[in-house]
Amino acid sequence: MYIYDEYDNSILRQRVAQFRGQTERFLAGELPPEQFLPLRLQNGLYVQRLAPMLRINVPYGMINSTQIRKLAHIARHYDKGYCHVSTRQNIQYNWPDLTEVPDILSELADVGMHGTQSSGNCIRNTTSDQFAGTAPDEIVDPRPYCEIIRQWSSFHPEFAFLPRKFKIAVTGSTQDRAAVQVHDIGLQILLNEKGEVGFQVYVGGGLGRTPCIGSAIRDFLPEEDLLSYLEAILRVYNLYGRRDNKYKARIKILVRALTPEVFAQKVEAEWQYLKDGYNKLTRDEIERAKGFFTAPAYDTIDNAAAQAAVNAQASESVAFGKWLQRNVREHKVPGYAAVTLSLKPTGVAPGDITDSQLEIIANLADEFSFGEARTTHEQNIVLADVKKTELFTLWQKAKAAGFATPNIGTITDIICCPGGDFCSLANAKSIPIAEAIQRQFEDLDYVYDLGDIDLNISGCMNACGHHHVGHIGILGVDKAGKEFYQVQLGGNASNDASLGDVLGPSFSAEDMPTVIQKLVDVYLANRTAEELFIDTYRRIGAAPFKEKVYAKAN
Amino acid sequence: MPKLIKDGLIVENTWTLIAKPEGEAAAAEVPAGQVIIPVSVWLAQKETLQTRTDIGVWLDSDESAELIGAEANRFPVIGVNFPLFMDGRAFSSARLLRERYGFTGELRAVGNFIRDQLCYLRRCGVNAFAFANPEINLDEAAKSLQDLQEYYQAAVDQPLPLFRRRA
Ligand code: HEM
Ligand code: SF4
Repeated sequence: MYIYDEYDNSILRQRVAQFRGQTERFLAGELPPEQFLPLRLQNGLYVQRLAPMLRINVPYGMINSTQIRKLAHIARHYDKGYCHVSTRQNIQYNWPDLTEVPDILSELADVGMHGTQSSGNCIRNTTSDQFAGTAPDEIVDPRPYCEIIRQWSSFHPEFAFLPRKFKIAVTGSTQDRAAVQVHDIGLQILLNEKGEVGFQVYVGGGLGRTPCIGSAIRDFLPEEDLLSYLEAILRVYNLYGRRDNKYKARIKILVRALTPEVFAQKVEAEWQYLKDGYNKLTRDEIERAKGFFTAPAYDTIDNAAAQAAVNAQASESVAFGKWLQRNVREHKVPGYAAVTLSLKPTGVAPGDITDSQLEIIANLADEFSFGEARTTHEQNIVLADVKKTELFTLWQKAKAAGFATPNIGTITDIICCPGGDFCSLANAKSIPIAEAIQRQFEDLDYVYDLGDIDLNISGCMNACGHHHVGHIGILGVDKAGKEFYQVQLGGNASNDASLGDVLGPSFSAEDMPTVIQKLVDVYLANRTAEELFIDTYRRIGAAPFKEKVYAKAN
Repeated sequence: MPKLIKDGLIVENTWTLIAKPEGEAAAAEVPAGQVIIPVSVWLAQKETLQTRTDIGVWLDSDESAELIGAEANRFPVIGVNFPLFMDGRAFSSARLLRERYGFTGELRAVGNFIRDQLCYLRRCGVNAFAFANPEINLDEAAKSLQDLQEYYQAAVDQPLPLFRRRA
């Protein structure tokens, strides 16, 4: 992964010192709260319902064991012993003390981590595919480009006070695992007929109160033009994005107001001035960035033999077999596999992780995966380079630590925002709903029979839990001071991205497990062999689901 | 006389900022002496103001740098206004004035920007800072210009991005 050099380190140190000064001025009453607000947000610090919340960047999800141990230390020393993996691959702490945040950031800087631009109206952490570099369907490893974007976007002087927050995601695989079409900018890496690398550029996607699927404004942007083109998009947005109404300030609104065609023309016009400037990437820089993401020292393994051994172990242990089936993925290197550690056992807030669990993950990463791990936007953790011959041992250790729930991709692998338990914007709780649904679907064989289902929950229309792009989406709503839940069906965050349709009137918290059960029953009654929930829904439409769920009890 | 930060030093402000006129820009009165007038007033009265060398213009955050465009260098000073410090359009306008229109004179931030933005403003080509709030301690504020001293990306003060400079 990328390792900070003296430049990165000195930039980060200057930033920590700057924020320490700003915090001191704030505490001394010299910096008014409304001026401190965007400054603290740009260092990851929110003020929330119960305490501040600190969001630490994990650039495109890559993290090493030293960094994980540091996160554990911070959870233990400055927080209540746990933290949370977010849908943007970041780590959040829920109980830091404002006065200690400069110290936390200083400790993080020791291991090349920070909260820079993890909040606020600026370019946020760039996200990507958690299987980057290992996925068999990968066209080009996206991480070098993500790192190039990280450097360009960090402390960008022109774009630190945008009309609204700004999120970029990059994928380099045929199967999009980074939800690029629901980001402000989504980049799909492609090769042209000559084998040259370029990007299909989507712009104006996003969730929140006006969910939108991005529009492709360019089919092939040559790789050396990446930064100049991004700069052109951001400049058009900075100058023309609405600033009169924060709900209409996202780039998606501008793109739609202008039409994607006119927006694209404005970007191209701006880009004409920028494309041959110093931001044009050099071959050297691209190679330098790639040099940080070369293959680790893989052993030569006889894949057939390794697989046979794993199969034999699976036939002896049903539980191991289940885990293999759901939590282990193919790797492009023979004899290796990518493993997802589930942070979704029933009864734990999805994505939550304790200090000692973090330390165990760091140890597992060292022992099994070249000392590296990845956070996922589904709020899990991946060990991406595990020898098949070691899967059984890894499974036993993961199981003992509580990470081996074999539910990845299933209805109990719920994406869930912090909701009313932590978030001051919430209309309703999310975490207890996730738990109630997990309890409803406790029978694993049944859950496996349902196949892949994305179930996403947000506690309000800000959509932190991505409810619009869940095959089943749940949105917390407030009705006369009471918490209710609206159900949406048919959303999808991958290649054929789509937004869910509202099923009908909302339900009480107690009803939710039964409602979800009924939806699943309709699917089971209607599916053809092998058909996934989302495909059945797309084929038969909402009517049968509505009928069942809203049928009068008699 | 009020002061401002210019090129890192605290100096006398010899220019008077003229607010936007209530009525028609064409009818606004432009006083004698060194004045920074709204760009709309300049555009409306260019014919008569043409010969004066003691006139600068200022752009509001919703006014495009293109309104000045190739004429930029006829002004000794151009202001970019911050109605609110969170309104970041001036950052882009400043870069456009320097990089696209080649402005070499004094580029001055005016209005409600805050000291914590000085570093970024300087990177965008702003070299003078006239705070609307007269109570700002300029010595303290000027220190913020030193907050960040190394940068990743290309901008006005350092057109070579770090990747072209990295040893
Ligand atoms: C608890 C503190 C949090 C607050 C105050 C908060 C606030 C917000 C707000 C205001 C929006 C809407 C922005 C807009 O539409 O312009 C939003 C969107 C979002 N947040 Fe959060 N959030 C919080 C926690 C989280 C967490 C824990 C996650 C991840 C699990 C998350 C991930 C997201 C995502 C992915 C979006 C949707 C982005 C889009 O519109 O494309 N947030 N958040
Ligand atoms: S969706 Fe709403 S309730 Fe949930 S974390 Fe985001 S802002 Fe808070």
